[in-house]
Amino acid sequence: MQHTGVSNEDAITLSREQRKSVRRRSFHLLGKLAAPQKRLLTLTVALVLLSNAARVALPMLIAYAIDHALPALRQGDFAALGIAGGAYILCAILGGVLLGWYINSAAKMSQAMLLDLRLRVFRHTQRLSLEFHENYTSGRIISRQTSDVETLRELLDQGVSELASSCVFILFTLASIFILDWRSGLVICVAAIPLVLLFRWYQKNSEVLYRESRVVSARVISTFVETMTGIRAVKAFRREKSNDEKYTTIAEAYRENSVRSFNLFGILQPGLMLIGNLAVASVLAYGGFRILEGSMAVGVLVALLLASKRVFQPVEGIAMFYSSLQSATAALEKVSGLLEEEPTVVEPEHPKSIETVAGHLEFKDAVFGYGDGPVIMDRFSLDIPAGQTVAVVGQTGAGKSTLAKLIARFYDLRSGTLSLDGVAIEQLSNAELRRHVVMVTQEAFLFSGSVAENIALGRPGASLADIEAAARAVGAHEFIAELPEGYDTDVNKRGGRVSAGQRQLISFARAFLADPAVLILDEATSSLDIPSERAVQRGLQTLLGNRTALIIAHRLSTVQIADRVLVVHDGQIVEDGTPEELIGAEGRFAALHKAWRDSLV
Amino acid sequence: MPRVETTRTSTPATLRVTLRRLAPFVKPVLPRLFGGFLCALGAGIVALVIPQVLSWLVNEVLQVGGASQQVWIAVAIVAGLGLLEAFFIYMRRQFVLNPAARVETTLRTRFYEHLQRLPVAFHERWGSGQLLSRSMSDLSLLRRWLAFGAIMLIVETVTVITGLTLMFFHSWQLGLLYLLGAIPITVKAFRFRNDYRAASRLSQDQAGDLATAVEESVHGIRVIKAFGRGRHLYEGFSSQAQTLRETELTKAKTLAGFLGMVVTVPQVVLGIGLVLGLWLCARDEISVGSLVAFFATAAVLARPVEGMGMLLGMTLTTKTALDRHFEVMDAHNDITSPENPRTPEKLEGRVRFEHVRFGYPDQAGRARPVLQDVDFSIRPGETMALVGITGSGKTTLLNLVPRLHDVSAGSVLIDGLDVREWDLDALRTHIAVAFEDTTLFSSSIRENVLMGVEDGLDETAAQQRLDEALDVAQAGFARELPEGVDSVIGEEGLSLSGGQRQRIALARAIAAKPRVLVMDDPLSALDVRTEEAVSARLREVLEGTTTLVVAHRPSTVMLADRVAVLRDGRIDAVGSHTHLMSTNEHYRYVIASLDENDSSMEVKV
Ligand SMILES: Nc1ncnc2c1ncn2[C@@H]1O[C@H](COP(=O)(O)OP(=O)(O)OP(=O)(O)O)[C@@H](O)[C@H]1O
Ligand SMILES: Nc1ncnc2c1ncn2[C@@H]1O[C@H](COP(=O)(O)OP(=O)(O)OP(=O)(O)O)[C@@H](O)[C@H]1O
Ligand SMILES: [Mg+2]
Ligand SMILES: [Mg+2]
Repeated sequence: MQHTGVSNEDAITLSREQRKSVRRRSFHLLGKLAAPQKRLLTLTVALVLLSNAARVALPMLIAYAIDHALPALRQGDFAALGIAGGAYILCAILGGVLLGWYINSAAKMSQAMLLDLRLRVFRHTQRLSLEFHENYTSGRIISRQTSDVETLRELLDQGVSELASSCVFILFTLASIFILDWRSGLVICVAAIPLVLLFRWYQKNSEVLYRESRVVSARVISTFVETMTGIRAVKAFRREKSNDEKYTTIAEAYRENSVRSFNLFGILQPGLMLIGNLAVASVLAYGGFRILEGSMAVGVLVALLLASKRVFQPVEGIAMFYSSLQSATAALEKVSGLLEEEPTVVEPEHPKSIETVAGHLEFKDAVFGYGDGPVIMDRFSLDIPAGQTVAVVGQTGAGKSTLAKLIARFYDLRSGTLSLDGVAIEQLSNAELRRHVVMVTQEAFLFSGSVAENIALGRPGASLADIEAAARAVGAHEFIAELPEGYDTDVNKRGGRVSAGQRQLISFARAFLADPAVLILDEATSSLDIPSERAVQRGLQTLLGNRTALIIAHRLSTVQIADRVLVVHDGQIVEDGTPEELIGAEGRFAALHKAWRDSLV
Repeated sequence: MPRVETTRTSTPATLRVTLRRLAPFVKPVLPRLFGGFLCALGAGIVALVIPQVLSWLVNEVLQVGGASQQVWIAVAIVAGLGLLEAFFIYMRRQFVLNPAARVETTLRTRFYEHLQRLPVAFHERWGSGQLLSRSMSDLSLLRRWLAFGAIMLIVETVTVITGLTLMFFHSWQLGLLYLLGAIPITVKAFRFRNDYRAASRLSQDQAGDLATAVEESVHGIRVIKAFGRGRHLYEGFSSQAQTLRETELTKAKTLAGFLGMVVTVPQVVLGIGLVLGLWLCARDEISVGSLVAFFATAAVLARPVEGMGMLLGMTLTTKTALDRHFEVMDAHNDITSPENPRTPEKLEGRVRFEHVRFGYPDQAGRARPVLQDVDFSIRPGETMALVGITGSGKTTLLNLVPRLHDVSAGSVLIDGLDVREWDLDALRTHIAVAFEDTTLFSSSIRENVLMGVEDGLDETAAQQRLDEALDVAQAGFARELPEGVDSVIGEEGLSLSGGQRQRIALARAIAAKPRVLVMDDPLSALDVRTEEAVSARLREVLEGTTTLVVAHRPSTVMLADRVAVLRDGRIDAVGSHTHLMSTNEHYRYVIASLDENDSSMEVKV
């Protein structure tokens, strides 16, 4: 199976090529994040080295003081005492200050990388088309943005720069061993072989575990988010107990996975230590016999042994770092997969522009179906002249919203063309298209934030007076003014603070404020009471003026303000004409209209 | 709308108080944690001993011309100690990691369980991202601290105290001097504790809000795309993420200042000590040996002292994380089953609203309550329509029946029993709801529809329920989907059309076969034809089910036997549709659409 983007994201065991390609893109992303931080990284590494050097100097200064300054002092020479004491204090201060500086610059670097990653992911998910979002749940995106980013943070906090100082430390100690006795140095080097083997073993096993960990944690997060989003239904239908069970199972799976990776590391870490200690024992054995022979001085062996014990000390830190690197790589595998996804609805490279937009829409031989699914809108042509108000009616599931979403370019046609004022809409830049074409979707979604902010989404930067005017136009001003803080009232998560009808009114005001050339209303008044609906319609009549409008509604009262009616049935436009014509024609619309009139009182 | 939520400031509990709350969870694993502590200590001691043993072996045991056996003995000792050290490390992890992970998971599932039971009012105020961050990152901090931080903090403290004692032993003057260095550090530690705690709490809250922003940006993607506001949203997110970064940097700065001091002060004191010691030594008040031993010990202490500073930071971060966790766990759940739930004598489905008053919590005292004095009853098996203008409180009233909210005054009675006296589960088993905004889940149609059926239904019975519910709701389209009723419908059912979603939600309420059915404008997204078909079937199955249905259209009203008119938080009138049409002006205003405009259109046509 192909492994690009997020397809196959939940796979844990991968074939060789797959593994190679996901690892590559993961490291590539890490590289891209790190590249701009090169200078900070260098600075940080330098600071660590200097700070450690200053602190390593301290014991040496003590040795110097006892060996040289003390005898001098006994001679009555205070200068050496002053020098030793002064140098010690200086190094102490230097070590501390450099350490503080290092912590700051390391934080700066890691925060810069995290910010970069967060913004990249956010921007990219916003760019991706609806088709993608319909299949990839919000829980997954949230888990990419939270727990995956978190693992990168752990890696960076683990002290990338301390790694450098560990390596330098090892090198220096190893060099000192070789200088003392190169043959013992070789003994130490032989110990590196099992060390490397152990690391290889760990890498192989942990990679799979960490990959699984990402998948399981995404599942924990998705379950959590979905429950919290649908809490009303959860309560009303008493899902609590079965959800508890489901969540516990997943959380347990997550725990089990973590424990397995802890255990793996729990073998690596003592294993490394054991290898180090055995290496020391080997040096002792080798040196011991040479002492028996008399070919090595006792002092040299003591120094050798202490140095070989020390040379392995930082290995533990390196192992820790390595483990977080593995974990972060697994996370970045997923993130980079998400970043690799390309929007199916692409912006043109050289967008065309419409000078003054009139709002003439034209479908030619258009065919559309969602994803790889069946064809929904079968080959149709449709011409909507600028300024026309078109009502779209038809049974539920007929394809009305689909038609609307096509005009708003949520999806691209499978074949055929759609043009606005003669320009194919694929050739308009996103910004321009959205300026000209605005759609009020069937789901009235409000963001948490004030009423004013929500309306202003139609035109960021609109003045409060404009916002109020838009609200007045759709008849929303009265209820908004009655809210405790008027336009500044927080509508809460998903607009839960206001009623369903009020949500629709706010969405409507938003569209009013956007003031586009082509306005699409998908069931924008379905939850309104009749008086409000009427008020909205009055507002519409003034708003529409010479705009092109596509109005989808089941309540045929809207048809009154339409110049033209389209009847959609089973993905086809089966009737098309002025309301009067269609009512006279005794077709579907006439029947629909009659049924509707009968339902009125 | 991206923004930083106001930080929820409650008076911060002290560390001890927070930790005490953890006690019940940690207690069962305490022996293991103690074992881990002993192993850590053991490993530390072995690590200290090995160099001593090495020099001793080489200096005392090995001699030129000695027997080769001696070498092997020495090697065996060193290898044995090495093995012991590795073993201690291994055991430490074995002891603590499993229990720490278990505590983490226990708290995590408890958190979820608690959240599921908290009232809807709570969830309206809290973003999912904020809750998520409390359940994921905060608890993993706890695990880390339990498994590593807490133990190492104790180990380092023990090491430092032992070292200090040794230092006093070598030279009390120098030891005293060294101890003096602790004074500025302690003073600084107080400031550090407050600053760091505040910064850490702020960063955790901001991370939570950032997650909320991500969540909204994904759920609201259609609106964002429809208005082309990706850029705008991105800017908001970006400034939020930058604020988080600033907070993290402040946090790092606080830590850097403290750690820098923790590293510097003891060493500066030692520098003074060096001068003093040399002087004392020159006057022969202490021996050179003591001086060397003193400084050797001091050198060993440098790491643990720094480690203590670091671990203090970690402890503070964990503390604020725990505070956040307990803050949610402390949220009071006031919608629970009573201690001694009662069951009504006869289950017939009589619903009565008795002088019901209700206002949303945050508007208490500010505005007038949404429901002032609602008083009416629905007879068993009757279908009652609820009519009122937008925002009049219809949904609010409906929510009182399954206790999604509780009344402020008065009571809602079902079969003569106050809903607050019912067992909550039993109550909700008797009631099914079709919400106005269809809340579907990203599972199969089957699972969605059968969500509310009683447990233990066998497969054929369940299938029958499913079929019947789909038929009544005219949701036969579900069978034509690629995988029929087992098709997964995408997040929140968004791969269905609006009307299809609504019919699935309706089918879900019907399939539960409730005594009392509450429907909030259940046909709003249906075309007239489908609406007619659904209504006809609904009337049949509603026979015998007490139903309260919110209606905006005359067609929905037709489902009902009687209509209640909600106005200004009161029931204005109850009666049949025709009766109300002729007697109630407000009802005519709300429901009648044939005004002058319409008539003129009629003429036109
Ligand atoms: N995102 C999607 N992915 C796959 N199929 C979809 C998607 N959205 C809609 N469909 C299918 O396309 C068909 C037409 O849906 P559409 O939303 O256009 O109907 P509609 O006419 O707007 O109906 P309604 O009046 O109920 O809103 C339906 O069968 C629906 O199941
Ligand atoms: N969670 C909430 N917190 C505070 N006020 C709320 C909350 N939910 C609703 N309100 C307010 O209470 C009033 C009644 O809201 P409700 O949702 O019950 O209206 P409704 O009659 O169902 O209207 P609609 O026909 O639009 O659905 C409204 O003015 C609304 O602003
Ligand atoms: Mg639709
Ligand atoms: Mg409502």
